[in-house]
Amino acid sequence: MSGMSAQAEKVDAGPPAEVRTSAGPLGGGPARGRGRLTGAAPYLLLLPAVAATLVLLGWPLVKNGMLSFQNLNKRQLIQHLTEWRGFDNYRETLTSEAFWRVTGRSVVFTAVNVALIMLLGTLVGLLLARLGTKMRLLLSTGLVLAWAMPVIAATTVYQWLFAQRFGVVNWVLDALGWHGMADYNWTSSQFSTFFVITVLLVWQSIPFVAINLYAATTTIPKELYEAAALDGAGTWKSFTSVTFPFLKPFLLATTFLEVIWIFKAFPQVFAINEGGPERLTETLPVYAFVEGVGNQHYGMGAAISVLTILILLGLTGSYLRTVLKQEEDEL
Amino acid sequence: MRRSTPSKAARIWPGAIAVLLFIGFTFPVYWMFATAFKPTSDIVTEDPVWFPSHPTLEHFKTAVQADNFWTMVRNSLTVTVLAVLLSLAIALLASFAMTRMRFKGRRGFILTFMIAQMAPWEVMVIAIYMLVRDADMLNSLLPLTLFYMVMVLPFTILTLRGFLAAVPRELEESAMVDGCTRPQAFIKVIFPLLAPGLMSTSLFGFITAWNEYPLVLILNKDQEAQTLPLWLSQFQTAFGDDWGATMAAASLFALPILLLFLFLQRKAVGGLTSGAVKG
Repeated sequence: MSGMSAQAEKVDAGPPAEVRTSAGPLGGGPARGRGRLTGAAPYLLLLPAVAATLVLLGWPLVKNGMLSFQNLNKRQLIQHLTEWRGFDNYRETLTSEAFWRVTGRSVVFTAVNVALIMLLGTLVGLLLARLGTKMRLLLSTGLVLAWAMPVIAATTVYQWLFAQRFGVVNWVLDALGWHGMADYNWTSSQFSTFFVITVLLVWQSIPFVAINLYAATTTIPKELYEAAALDGAGTWKSFTSVTFPFLKPFLLATTFLEVIWIFKAFPQVFAINEGGPERLTETLPVYAFVEGVGNQHYGMGAAISVLTILILLGLTGSYLRTVLKQEEDEL
Repeated sequence: MRRSTPSKAARIWPGAIAVLLFIGFTFPVYWMFATAFKPTSDIVTEDPVWFPSHPTLEHFKTAVQADNFWTMVRNSLTVTVLAVLLSLAIALLASFAMTRMRFKGRRGFILTFMIAQMAPWEVMVIAIYMLVRDADMLNSLLPLTLFYMVMVLPFTILTLRGFLAAVPRELEESAMVDGCTRPQAFIKVIFPLLAPGLMSTSLFGFITAWNEYPLVLILNKDQEAQTLPLWLSQFQTAFGDDWGATMAAASLFALPILLLFLFLQRKAVGGLTSGAVKG
């Protein structure tokens, strides 16, 4: 009975607002005016959001594209000159060895970090699912603390942890018998600087993966495990036949989010050592910043940042397409 | 087929690993606070002093008395709070339209905000610098506020949309049957139910704006117009290797966020994930 009336209402509700207002006590005349207002209402409600996004996000993107075709250095900046130079910024960037070296470095850096984050994050998440209530609360509190730590504060703390003199990491390594590390300067080489940045990023990113993965495991129906157990599946088998397939969409989505975050990570990479030593730890966003702002080649910097965005789109394009398609089907 | 009862070792190892991980994840946070409270003689030692057994506030005094500290606290608070409030207001309107109304192009709007959420702000700083400079607004808090507002806007819209969708339409309709207008129904019925959602959404916005670094780094060279992330990142250089004062500064900067997070943890994390699933 109630089901039927709901059904009827649903069918009726075609253009819902209109039908209801005209059926209301207001009668014919005013309902028309109201109808027109209701027609415009959603757009009016969306107007501030759309306008803000267009002006403050869309316009800088367009501006970025325009700047990338300009010859804009210190002189032009000060004298407010607009000098177009066609594709020269791109030609120069794409033929420079440095750009490709930085690009390759960024891709490897992203791949290593994301692989570590996903692997360790998944393990920690599965551990959370196995723990008793008390231990789970303990570990998740620890994770949330690391997660909540502001980026720049965390970066500063890592500089102190890895400090050459009196840094606790060097002390521990020394105490463990690796005496060569007692006075080690972590920012002195490319590899060790990247090592510190990686530890920092992985430490910061695991909580997101682990906590969300744990939340996802709680939604796996218990019956699936029971059925697997009936078929004689052990721990490993029930993981590969139940847990993993169930979590696969989540893992895929998280991997791509992490790719985006790591690839464009700026504060951590920049604040640890400003891309040093000798510009050897610059990733693409830092490279664009140093070339554009530091060396005052703003046009070149803009071209590099356009290319960075394109590379990022290339890396995540296939995933973006599936997500958008999925959403479109759902909406 | 019942699982065989696990051996004692199998029952203990997850707990043991959990404790080790807990130490690993909290140690940097602990070390920040511990260092901040230790006297310098306990910081500059060959063997680390693991516990601040002679706590002192001397480093906090140094940090607080640093040039322009209070100006930057005020700047950070102004920019962050205004950006979050503005984006909440705008997002409420937009997400209401997206969940409660049918109109042409609705999908398009939602997809646009989804894409906007992934905007690579870090690599757009040069263009933003040019725009702000041409508008003659370098070293001002207004552009920062506006850009932070837009940075958190897509997420705020999409998350609020998830929360709004969870409020049953019938509540609002019955209020309207009882004679409320639509805006009244919204304020009296939906808004109170939305409060937890608003809290956790604004928490995220607050963190993003409070932490923002690349944009303020390029826009505001003038110390009077800088925010705390810049202050903190320059602190160590400015104070040589005064790690006590640097850690005190980091603690002061991190504390509001850590407290908010722990305080809202359950609600916020649950809210963010449920919002993300629906949004």
